[in-house]
Amino acid sequence: MTKWVVDAENITKVYQMGEVEVHALRGLSVKIAPGEIVSIMGPSGSGKSTLMNILGCLDRPTSGKYSLNGESVATLTDDQLAEIRNRGVGFVFQSFNLLPRATALANVELPLRYAELNGRNRKQVAKQALEAVGLGDRIRHRPNELSGGEQQRVAIARALVNDPAIIMADEPSGNLDTKAGDEIMNLLRNLNKERGTTLIIVTHDPEIAAHTDRVISLRDGRIEE
Amino acid sequence: MNFGQTILEALDSLSSNKVRTALTMLGIIIGVGAVIAMLGIGTGTERAIVGEIEGIGTNLLFVRTNHEDITNPRPLTLRDADALNDPGFAPSVAAAAPIVQGQAELTYAGQGTTVSLVGVTEEYDLVQTVELSEGEFFNSAQINGLASAVILGANVAEDLFGRSDGLVGETVRVSGQPFRVVAILKKEGGSQFGSADDQILVPLTTAQVRLLPQAVKNEVSMIYVSAVDADAVKSAEEEVALILRDRHKIKLAEDDFSILSQEVFLDMASTVTGVFTIFLGGVAGISLLVGGIGIMNIMLVSVTERTKEIGLRKAVGAKKNDILVQFLIESSLLSLLGGAFGIVLGWLLALGVGKIAAANDFLLDPAITINAVLLATLFSAAVGLFFGIYPANRAARLEPIEALRSE
Ligand SMILES: Nc1ncnc2c1ncn2[C@@H]1O[C@H](COP(=O)(O)OP(=O)(O)O)[C@@H](O)[C@H]1O
Ligand SMILES: [Mg+2]
Repeated sequence: MTKWVVDAENITKVYQMGEVEVHALRGLSVKIAPGEIVSIMGPSGSGKSTLMNILGCLDRPTSGKYSLNGESVATLTDDQLAEIRNRGVGFVFQSFNLLPRATALANVELPLRYAELNGRNRKQVAKQALEAVGLGDRIRHRPNELSGGEQQRVAIARALVNDPAIIMADEPSGNLDTKAGDEIMNLLRNLNKERGTTLIIVTHDPEIAAHTDRVISLRDGRIEE
Repeated sequence: MNFGQTILEALDSLSSNKVRTALTMLGIIIGVGAVIAMLGIGTGTERAIVGEIEGIGTNLLFVRTNHEDITNPRPLTLRDADALNDPGFAPSVAAAAPIVQGQAELTYAGQGTTVSLVGVTEEYDLVQTVELSEGEFFNSAQINGLASAVILGANVAEDLFGRSDGLVGETVRVSGQPFRVVAILKKEGGSQFGSADDQILVPLTTAQVRLLPQAVKNEVSMIYVSAVDADAVKSAEEEVALILRDRHKIKLAEDDFSILSQEVFLDMASTVTGVFTIFLGGVAGISLLVGGIGIMNIMLVSVTERTKEIGLRKAVGAKKNDILVQFLIESSLLSLLGGAFGIVLGWLLALGVGKIAAANDFLLDPAITINAVLLATLFSAAVGLFFGIYPANRAARLEPIEALRSE
């Protein structure tokens, strides 16, 4: 096992908007140890989501070196990245991003299907994940039959169902009221405690950031020291 | 990726917008429906035509006057027929039966109809398989003696008497003159070209002298010639031509008669069927093309609408192929279902046409063959696959992060 789950060095990201270049990340380095809870803060447009997407292998950096779980991702194909996202990373989005017509169970099953897990095991594992987020009695519900907090918990179940080393949450409580938001944060922290899953949480809320091991502050694509 | 689950998911996705799905399938439904219906009707018609031609009797040649290319053709005569019946000159000819044709007023008990009348000789029974439900065919005494004897077609008998049995010995009037019924023809049914069911037969001489005022003595409308066997048809045709050329004093000029064989009719039938098939292929091709474009269009819309879903799937680990297969399955199902509905529709259509035809005395048994069904299924699946490739590829190539950001 390598020392760092996340080892990013001198990462830049440039978006080409026609003639204009947008420098979203201007060369930043991040190291995150296994089991750490790290929050990423910063004003809107400072590059938080861009960084998280690169760390989660959803996007590729324009330049810089990045290793996830000790594996350098620069030379990997799109399909290999998909595999890493499938098994190594779980995402939780601000807007839940559940499939609206699918039941909670089917939503949680989705990553398992892409992991080529066979049908019976898949249902079993997905059900366990839903039980782990306290939704064992809601597995047949569709997203529109669930509250916002419950939907986000389904999303968390989906993120953890393949037991990834790292879960990335981009403003997970951004669309929720304080109470539901607190519940979500507690759930994530418990996961970290019980399974040792590394957590990266993008947030605006200093209250949330205060409860994490470490805060990375971004401003204008750079880390503020 | 799990295939069964993907198919269920595709069905779910298609059923989420039923109206759109139905409208998209319409092109395929109509295309496949038209093809199945026309194939069914075409096969039925072909069988009916071939059956009818074969029913006329094998080994048969038709000799008639050539009015088309010749200005003053010599008419065919009884003497011509006699010459053809001479086995010394025409060894391949089994029998030559001259006939005269015309219309006549047939009455019984004050009720009358106009029927087509055929004047025949004894040989008619040799070239045609004349089947009688009762009575006897004309004997030579009747033929040569200008007898007032008549054989009625089954429908004619029905119309006149309301029955077609026990009629031998009755007297009917043909063009006002009393004729004795000597036989009734067995009902053929299903015949389209002047069915024998609707005819009456009289001795040829009787027809010429007493019933057909315009008839020129000894001239005949047509001569049926039967060859001794199927292999002799060709040589019989040559012998007939030689004899008639000689008798009509034709040396270099165009023949003033024409000889038609059944082969010609079968050729004609297969030409018609061939044209029909090409036409059919065209209709099928165009409607499947249009249907396919419709599918492509709706799949492109669907990909755009579901960009975010695609992004999410990629975020949780879907590979390019997973997305590709997902959309290809959807487009194939779309057109396969359309094809299935089309097969049912086409089958119903063909049945309907068969019923209408039957109601009009045209025996057409629409035949939906397993081949036609397989072909339609195969083609609709292929259309869905082919026209689904472009949209599915577009979906598969979406950048996960771009797709997730879209609203
Ligand atoms: N796909 C993109 N194309 C162009 N510019 C982008 C794109 N994504 C992000 N940006 C720009 O990059 C900067 C950082 O964006 P983002 O990482 O979303 O910020 P944050 O999440 O901190 O609000 C912003 O200026 C944003 O406009
Ligand atoms: Mg953001």
